[in-house]
Amino acid sequence: MILTQEALKLPQINYVALSPMLILFGAATVGVLVEAFAGRGRRYPVQLGLSLVSLVAALVMVVRVAHTRELTAGGAVAVDGPALFLEGTLAVLGIVALLLVAERSLEPGGPFVAVAAVTAGTEADRVQAQRRDAGTEVYPLLLFALGGMMLFVSANDLLTMFVALEVFSLPLYLMCGLARRRRLLSQEAALKYFLLGAFASAFFLFGIAMIYGYAGQINFAAIHEAIQSSTNDRILLYLGLALLAIGLLFKAAAVPFHVWTPDVYQGAPTPVTAFMAACTKVAAFGALLRVIYVAFERTAWDLRLVIGGIAVLTMVVGSVLAVTQTDIKRLLAYSSIANAGYLLVGVLAVGGNGNHDGLASSMFYLVAYGFSVVAAFGVVTLVRDADGEATHLSRWAGLGRRSPLYAGLFTFLLLAFAGIPLTSGFTSKFAVFGAALASGQAWLVVLGAITSVILAFPYLRVVVLVWLSEPGENTPTVSIPGALTSAALAIGALATLLLGIAPQPLLDLSSRAAEFVR
Amino acid sequence: MTSFPFLSVLTLLPLVGAGVVAVLPQGRPQLAKTVALVWSLAVLVLAALMYATFQVGGPRFQFRESYPWIPIWGTRFTLEADGIALVMLALIALLVPLVILASWHDAGERSVPTYFALLLALEFTMIGVFAAADIFLFYVFFEVMLVPMYFLIGSYGGARRQYAAVKFFLYSLVGGLIMLAALIGLWVVGRGQLGHATFDWHELTRLHMNTSTERWLFLGFFLAFAIKAPFFPFHTWLPDAGGAAPAGAAALLVGVLDKVGTFGILRYCLPLFPNASKYFAPLALALALIGVLYGALLAVGQNDLKRLVSYTSVAHFGFIGIGIFAFTTQAGTGAVFYMVNHGLATGLLFLVVGMLVARRGSALVSDFGGAGKLVPLLAGVFLIAGLASLSLPGMSPFVSEFLVLLGTFTVNKTLAVVAVLGVILAAGYVLWMVQRATQGALNPALEKIDSMRRDISAREIVVVAPLIALILVLGFYPKPVLDVVNPAVQATFSQIGKADPNPTVAQGGGK
Repeated sequence: MILTQEALKLPQINYVALSPMLILFGAATVGVLVEAFAGRGRRYPVQLGLSLVSLVAALVMVVRVAHTRELTAGGAVAVDGPALFLEGTLAVLGIVALLLVAERSLEPGGPFVAVAAVTAGTEADRVQAQRRDAGTEVYPLLLFALGGMMLFVSANDLLTMFVALEVFSLPLYLMCGLARRRRLLSQEAALKYFLLGAFASAFFLFGIAMIYGYAGQINFAAIHEAIQSSTNDRILLYLGLALLAIGLLFKAAAVPFHVWTPDVYQGAPTPVTAFMAACTKVAAFGALLRVIYVAFERTAWDLRLVIGGIAVLTMVVGSVLAVTQTDIKRLLAYSSIANAGYLLVGVLAVGGNGNHDGLASSMFYLVAYGFSVVAAFGVVTLVRDADGEATHLSRWAGLGRRSPLYAGLFTFLLLAFAGIPLTSGFTSKFAVFGAALASGQAWLVVLGAITSVILAFPYLRVVVLVWLSEPGENTPTVSIPGALTSAALAIGALATLLLGIAPQPLLDLSSRAAEFVR
Repeated sequence: MTSFPFLSVLTLLPLVGAGVVAVLPQGRPQLAKTVALVWSLAVLVLAALMYATFQVGGPRFQFRESYPWIPIWGTRFTLEADGIALVMLALIALLVPLVILASWHDAGERSVPTYFALLLALEFTMIGVFAAADIFLFYVFFEVMLVPMYFLIGSYGGARRQYAAVKFFLYSLVGGLIMLAALIGLWVVGRGQLGHATFDWHELTRLHMNTSTERWLFLGFFLAFAIKAPFFPFHTWLPDAGGAAPAGAAALLVGVLDKVGTFGILRYCLPLFPNASKYFAPLALALALIGVLYGALLAVGQNDLKRLVSYTSVAHFGFIGIGIFAFTTQAGTGAVFYMVNHGLATGLLFLVVGMLVARRGSALVSDFGGAGKLVPLLAGVFLIAGLASLSLPGMSPFVSEFLVLLGTFTVNKTLAVVAVLGVILAAGYVLWMVQRATQGALNPALEKIDSMRRDISAREIVVVAPLIALILVLGFYPKPVLDVVNPAVQATFSQIGKADPNPTVAQGGGK
């Protein structure tokens, strides 16, 4: 009886507070219609304009509702500090990544094809790869993914979170398979990501079922209540949380759920890799933080040794395997794994004593890392020869002689990844390690410091190759980037520098935002 | 006392210079060299003015400047100099123009403006690291310092430069990141005790830590400084880096950059962690003593001039370490004075070796032989540099070595006696090196090399003359330096509760 009454009552929805993601979903839908009805020649400018305008509009709306702290849509979506901060982050990083995606001067027709599923090596595939006026499908996909990520970081119950997970994952799988060059590798990446992603989603869903079994609720606040008061056997809770965590840690590329990362990062078109490295990390960690600290605060504290173990594994495996890489995209992929480990250190720092520095510093880290990694992959798109991008490290030898500007830029970004001061890499590590030490995780900080040294070695190897080696016969030249890529590189590098020298404004912002509503 | 912001101008001036030199056109190397030289001379003038302004007998720390930086973490852009920092700043300001002049032709085919911009950028970080009074700021300079040096070694060095550059960078980074963990730990402890986040040196030296925390944090800092200095057994990067770096950069590396390690121990390890310092002093003394003997023994066995000089530095840093951890004002003052003298003497030795190597095209002692017959003046300067490096009485290194040994003898006779063996070994490796390279029968291969017939040039005389003059002047009259250093050292040791048994003796040293 009560059930029908509640079902009839429509939930209050604060459309303004949700407008950032609504704008993106709307624009994405319009983008699909553009694909259907606009002439081939017009699609590129229309799609690019639409995407840019909608992202900027979303960002503006995030700023306008910045002070909202409430649950809306019947408690399914939280609009609070972390949600808005991360939505803003996603919008900004999305814009920068979009600039890379939209670059067409490096390759006639841009780096994408229209249909991911054409069998590689067939005639149809060759025809498709030669078309110059296609490949605009990627823009609506990007918008859907970003909208899904925004929902993912603000979802306040497990089912909404799962829907958001699928909404942003499916476009990503597809985007991985859209590379114009090296079609087979791209398709392999897409399929691998999809299959493993489907597994992870299944785990996530199974975890939801378990937790529902334990708590009888899927809403985070209700789960929190249930954990405080329920007398049910906790085995379901722990199992459910573990399965849930697998789903989230898969997206975050934490060890041992990282095996997809190098292959997908390598195979996907580089602008998409940049997008994934920056934005998927934001989404995954945003959701992880919310799940842990809104729903499972006590339980997560009980499990801190497990999470700490995963953090250590992630840092160690990521940095050690980065040492052995010979492909720049795979190297950056392993570095991204190691960075997931540092972020997990930050996640753990929130625990226990209600210290919000961990949350603030993790969010700061996500922004800082996002800018640097987008710019780094942006440079990778520039180093190319007749066959497209030259990603094997041996091809980068002596690049500094040929193009000192971009080599210098890349070196700066590598120094940032290595955590050298005056870059955002240092300030973000300092923030995360500081929060972790303050909450008593000294061992994690020491391990973080040691793995940072290991990780510095592959970066230095690249620096040595780029600057200290003589250019070989087949050192490719660096293509002169178009305005879009230049803008993306400039934004990324400038943010890396500014957040390294004057991080105070963003630290303030992340600190003020660092409080979940429950 | 003037209110001119000496330290911030002194710090930032070379940075601006580096920027200016870096953008000068590649096609006009002479212009880049001249601008860099003039710029570094301007820094030297400023440093000299500052030295003259420093009030001897005034407060320990002078020229304080403090600007807000990252309030949420309590970091400030705070600069301050005590006597120890002051003499190191003067040493840097003096060495850099000489190194620039000595490196006039060292860039070779590679970009000349970049080379000199890197030297100025290095000067910026070195000045910053000694001038910082905010520990976060100190750390920033400590780490950033690696970058220009890495490129100086890696891009402009000799054989195995890539290996040496990476080894140098990684070794320093290991220490640096461990120190970062300790630094954060100190900051967290400070925030808990003081109620606000701060990195201010004065505030943090007043903390009271429990024993185990203090020991761990001490070890974190000490490891970084021991690698930097370098102390045995963390020294293996130095011969590689010193051997591969271009002579000018090597002179700065060994002459100044490594002093950051010993300076850091004096400025940070001892006052911040007094009890742990006392607890670990026997360990540090043991490492230092091993360094003295082991470095000297390895130096005897070297055939490569630059590696040989690097190993002598390992021995010298052992002496400095002994001077610091003996915990007497006499030995401590000696150690700081040793830091200055080592910068002068070893800097000179490296530069002269660089001149010889540039002529011969090889750094191997066995490739020389009787070189004195071809380049008598240069060989003479080489001998002087060698004698200074083995602490011949009448030269300034003698004063400092004597003070260290005397100050150590008053508290630990055995240690001092064993360390004296290092002095004997030093005479051995220096004289044998000079003899093999410049005395005896002329190596016929040398005659065939045209450049070996050119004796010391006017430019090179300008490089070595100020250093030799200073070594001699300070050898007979060390008072201007000792007076500045002594109060700061005394204050450091009183901070760790080691009152000096006989503080006035230091004044008479070197007579």
